[in-house]
Amino acid sequence: MSGRSSLALAAGATVAALLFCTAPAPAVAQPVTPPAHYANVQLADPAKEASAKALMETLRCLVCQGQSIADSDADMAADMRALVRERIARGETPASVRDWLVSRYGDYVTYDPPLSGLTWPLWLAPIALLAIGVWIARSSFRRRTR
Amino acid sequence: MKRFALWAPLAIFALLFAVVASGLFRPADKVVRSAMVGKPLPDFALPAMVPGKPGLTSASFKGGQPRLLNVFASWCVPCIAEAPHLMRLKTMGIPIDAIAIRDTTPAIAGFLRRNGDPYARIGSDTASRVQLALGSSGVPETFVVDGRGIVVKQIIGDIREDNIGEIVQAVREAR
Repeated sequence: MSGRSSLALAAGATVAALLFCTAPAPAVAQPVTPPAHYANVQLADPAKEASAKALMETLRCLVCQGQSIADSDADMAADMRALVRERIARGETPASVRDWLVSRYGDYVTYDPPLSGLTWPLWLAPIALLAIGVWIARSSFRRRTR
Repeated sequence: MKRFALWAPLAIFALLFAVVASGLFRPADKVVRSAMVGKPLPDFALPAMVPGKPGLTSASFKGGQPRLLNVFASWCVPCIAEAPHLMRLKTMGIPIDAIAIRDTTPAIAGFLRRNGDPYARIGSDTASRVQLALGSSGVPETFVVDGRGIVVKQIIGDIREDNIGEIVQAVREAR
């Protein structure tokens, strides 16, 4: 056996040993109980399911943060979907469910932030940018006709 | 006017560069804090998680003494790391209650056997309902609750050596 192949063998054995050692501990910790019933089951009433789904699409997954709870596979998102569906099924309005979550997590939890002292630039910036664009376009068209 | 137009692109570039650079050196804080700090605990009543230890209700936080409320799970790896620090807080005389998130009795019993048991009560939150009501966005998290049931502090993530001081101080101030 050449030196190189025995080295490769040793490296392979080390990798195998490492894999074996780390295998029992799961890389991603997951709850040991299954998700709540309504996490992945639609409501029987199509109108209520539609309003629950519309609300879920505007709620931020707190774990993954770039996704809505409707899109996310995170366990916490599943719990939040179940909460939304149960509350809508009980007759709550989407606005009150959203307000309940905002009172727990702040405006960050919704992708549809209310207009407030902190969020007004979000709402006014597009209008301001559009106005600047119109102004630039107007002045450059005027220059061309001259 | 012409002079201004000449320098404007450079000024805009410098501004953009400053914005991007500041984001690079000071990344945005992505931690979701609970909006419940400063407010009373939501009403809840959770069944017992392990035999011989009572479940947890919000009423048990109105006994006049501040308590810690630890949100944990047997399947949570950082919870193992914070276990010795919770044990230390317990030996300092700070009462600790817990909510176990989406867990089973044997799994929690095993976790307590392996990592120690600092808890006076453990409630079982099978669908993360109370966790969501608390504004907690993961495990582990710890809330300092004063004697009237008002949340005074939230610690996000596992309690480390250097968190112990601030926790002890928050408990002392809540007395």
